[in-house]
Amino acid sequence: MDKTELPWNNPVVEANASAPAARLGQYAQPPLRNFGSIDPYNRISREAKDMIPPPFEYQAPTSVSEALALLGKNPEAKVLAGGQSLIPLMRFRLASPAMLVDLNRIGDLAYIKEGEGWLRIGAMTRESDLDQSDLIAKKYPLLADTTHVVADPLVRNLSTLGGNLAHADPANDHPATMIAYRAQIVATGPKGERTIPASEFFKGPFETALAPNELLTEIRIPAPGKGSGGAYVKMERKVGDFATAAVAVQVSLAKDGTLERVGIALTNVGLVPIQASAAEKALTGKKPDDAVLRQAADLAAKAAKPESDARGSEEYKRALVKTLTVRALRKAVARAQGG
Amino acid sequence: MAAVAIQGLGHPRKRVEDARFIRGKGNYIDDMKLPGMLQVDIVRSPYAHAKIKAIRTDKALAVPGVLAVITGETLKQYNVHNMPTLMSDTQMVLPLDTVKYQFQEVAAVLGTDRYTAADGVAAVEVDYEPLPVVVDPFKALEPGAPKVRDDKESNHIWHWEWGDRAAADKAFDAAEVTVKENIYIPRIHVASIETCGCVAQWNATEGHLTLYMTTQAPHAIRTVVALITGHLGLSEEKIRIVSPDIGGGFGGKVPAYPGYVIAVALSIVTGAPVKWIEDRTENMAADSFGRDYHISAELAGKKDGTLTALRFKTIADHGYTDAAANPSKMPAGLFHIATGSYDFKNAFVEVDGVYTNKPPGGIAYRCSFRVTEAVHTIERMADLMAHEVGLDPADFRMKNFIKPEQFPYKSALGWEYDSGNYAGALQKAMDMVGYKELRKEQAEKRKRGEFMGIGISSFTEIVGAGPSKDFDILGLKMFDSCEIRVHPTGKAIARFGTKSQGQGHETTYAQILAEELGIPADHIKIEEGDTDTAPYGLGTYASRSTPTAGAAAAMAARKVRAKAKKIAAHLLEAAEEDLQWEQGKFFVKGSPDRAKTIQEIAFAAYTNHPQGMEAGLEAVSYYDPPNLTFPFGSYICVVDIDRGTGEVKVRRFVAVDDCGVRINPMIVEGQIHGGLAMGFAPALMEEISYDENGNIHGSNFTDYLLPTAVETPKWETGETVTPSPHHPIGAKGVGESATVGAPAAIANAVVDALWHLGVRHVDIPITPPKVWALLKEHGAALEE
Repeated sequence: MDKTELPWNNPVVEANASAPAARLGQYAQPPLRNFGSIDPYNRISREAKDMIPPPFEYQAPTSVSEALALLGKNPEAKVLAGGQSLIPLMRFRLASPAMLVDLNRIGDLAYIKEGEGWLRIGAMTRESDLDQSDLIAKKYPLLADTTHVVADPLVRNLSTLGGNLAHADPANDHPATMIAYRAQIVATGPKGERTIPASEFFKGPFETALAPNELLTEIRIPAPGKGSGGAYVKMERKVGDFATAAVAVQVSLAKDGTLERVGIALTNVGLVPIQASAAEKALTGKKPDDAVLRQAADLAAKAAKPESDARGSEEYKRALVKTLTVRALRKAVARAQGG
Repeated sequence: MAAVAIQGLGHPRKRVEDARFIRGKGNYIDDMKLPGMLQVDIVRSPYAHAKIKAIRTDKALAVPGVLAVITGETLKQYNVHNMPTLMSDTQMVLPLDTVKYQFQEVAAVLGTDRYTAADGVAAVEVDYEPLPVVVDPFKALEPGAPKVRDDKESNHIWHWEWGDRAAADKAFDAAEVTVKENIYIPRIHVASIETCGCVAQWNATEGHLTLYMTTQAPHAIRTVVALITGHLGLSEEKIRIVSPDIGGGFGGKVPAYPGYVIAVALSIVTGAPVKWIEDRTENMAADSFGRDYHISAELAGKKDGTLTALRFKTIADHGYTDAAANPSKMPAGLFHIATGSYDFKNAFVEVDGVYTNKPPGGIAYRCSFRVTEAVHTIERMADLMAHEVGLDPADFRMKNFIKPEQFPYKSALGWEYDSGNYAGALQKAMDMVGYKELRKEQAEKRKRGEFMGIGISSFTEIVGAGPSKDFDILGLKMFDSCEIRVHPTGKAIARFGTKSQGQGHETTYAQILAEELGIPADHIKIEEGDTDTAPYGLGTYASRSTPTAGAAAAMAARKVRAKAKKIAAHLLEAAEEDLQWEQGKFFVKGSPDRAKTIQEIAFAAYTNHPQGMEAGLEAVSYYDPPNLTFPFGSYICVVDIDRGTGEVKVRRFVAVDDCGVRINPMIVEGQIHGGLAMGFAPALMEEISYDENGNIHGSNFTDYLLPTAVETPKWETGETVTPSPHHPIGAKGVGESATVGAPAAIANAVVDALWHLGVRHVDIPITPPKVWALLKEHGAALEE
């Protein structure tokens, strides 16, 4: 059909300049959190309403080196892993990457292996594979707890551990868990591999220590010794929701029953996952009785930097961190004592 | 060959529509693809109130595949830039110069496909000059408040009152005990899984419009479209509305939305079929909402707990235009069912409608026109009064219920309740839940610092609108219809003026006809939704299908049976008065062997009909109900409160429903399960709210929390059966009872759990932060 046939195509033009479009821009922009709340600037953009993405280029390399070459040449490209965060952002037109580099055809990035003191998980390992792993269910209860409350089963069939970490949404669940575990994150770039401690990986909301030409390829969790246990306790408004607040705890007990190693980290009560270092310190070397756990939980609540939003007030969330920390510590200690 | 079962009333017949639904073979609007079909997408306002300074479309028109961009000015050339609402208010299709709520339609882009249209929308540039916004209806009524409507004198839309104010005031003055509470029933959205949409197909050669659309009321919509576009020559005989499978309506698909008009206009101008389909955000942020009632409620009574009077004063927030879907004479719907299940001698209710910078509406969200608002309020207030006079909420209700021998019962607000046994339903629910033991457990737990609560809701609904003397929509009387044709081989097709959106009409209507005619339900095809073939009716909402069209089915079947009797008399060579009916056949009294089956009679109607009689076996009934039906029930909810997080865990939920005679108990059960989930939702999770600038919160499923099987409890259902005395088969509506009755049971349970702290009321949705704040305020929050 020729559009000139239609009677209405006479654009109304006025001299004054257009009001600046309320572009929300790239999804890495700091105030944008939890894409469901599409209104971080208290106004919507035209782009925000549409469920249909703008055009983009698509590449599907079959090896890590090929993927790295593409990323090196196209700094505007975004990496597509499970797509459970990126695709919704694109459908809302909150993210409009010029190119997607799809890792799903790289065969050797999905694995769960234990050996030499580490649990090694390939970046493209699906959440559902973690969820169904006997090894993780038996030996890594903190990871098992976490993976079980990431979104919902349908999302978990596609979403990946690497994607959950590299996306660096402060509401994502795995970042705190990896900090509590003292995990290492493996980044592969043109010059080879480097490892980054999880506690140094998250630089800001949607911002990581990865360089634009690097891929997150592996996650390494120290294999827990005897007398270790962990727990992830999450408050969510409904199944599949981001955390109102959540607490990851990993502990090891010495032979005398005192706490030898303690990792505590908090989800979605700040712009990045928060390591509750003061709480960890306060517990180390102590017997895990209830009074001690409560004191530590106080310190964890102090470390939290929550903001009031639809999930609750700042005061509520801080109180929640305290409650959830006590509950996670009790659970982790009980597991450590049991195994 | 084994006889095919009749599957009449009371049979748990499997849903015939499920054969296509569970195979993914349903036909929904967005499944439709017509040759040459174009797609429209809509530019929407980021502001809740603004002047439109300019709309620049050049960049959008430069997008390959974008064919047109239209604005209010375009539509004004054809005088279709505005349309009437069902309440005879004015709604913009596309604005000329101002927008009145966030996400309002501003312009429409026509493209060759959905992606192109979206790219075009992104390229339309609009200059806005923001204007002062008012979102709070109380502030909207203050002097000097920003005026929402330029064409009206103020933000006050209407005042409506019912009952005897002076008598109620007098009873309050004389009362020994009174209780008062402000109750807000928040704005919620039906959030049906299928959003709204249509495909408009203009046939320029024949001057005929076919509009495939998601509508609960195809015939009424046809008339409305004719009223809006009649001046353009699009008169009613040239309009065919087809409502295909609908993925949930719940009242949200009763009104006409601007998108429908835009699609029709674009199809007429281009001559091509045009599809419009909303995305989730558009559906949530722009379509009609439910509830949004601010109620100041008072009850008066005696020290012994006898209720004497009721006064409810209400502010109704309608957004920028009154687009409610009520019977025309009832701007607040059936809110005057507010006396509920109780024998009040005096009652007075008043409602004031208010404009705000929010989406228009006030539809009956799975509710027979504001009944949920009334039920929630009276049931919350009953608990307050019970506690005030020191009675257990169950004993208090038993004391004040309308007694079975009082029916038909004339309420203080003028309704004539058809039948009921309220004490019977409550007693059954108490027995099922183990009420006395629960109260013991609660007392013991309270001593240990554990908070549990038990909440009761003994609701009475009013459904089946309605009798023609009081009920019309835009003048159309609220009857409904059935047309049945029995084929020569004894099979049949029946068509209705209603439209199923999940209710299972294809299954249950056939059961009514099977019961009446003795033709197996499997041999009766049911059709709805095509205005070219179905008889005129007002559609499906407000639990009206069974009370109206279901009754029409029975009446039409009885007309068929009357003619069948004449044919049987002819075939049996007997006098008509000597024949007796037994399901499926007529026989000569005293000689059961001399019989003709309905199938034999149907065959004769086409092959051997009596001289002087017309051939065929058909009938149509337009049923004007003599009264509404009054389903009721008692729900009991048990909750446990997590003092550390504020979470409310619904441990048990017992629902005893009485909807009269049950046509298909399995479908009734399914309706109640779904309704309970939709009652649980606003009680604990769902709400659409706005900040002071009119920015919506709750426009997608991350922010608007639909419960799932994980959050909802195991529903324990029970029934009592008190038939409607005036309905041909004794049935009442049931589709909405659970949605109406459930929220109060949950809210009452939560308040009951916290009563000893001094908590008297909490507005729904009762979210964890809200409960935690209450616990904290009363020194009972547990920071472990």
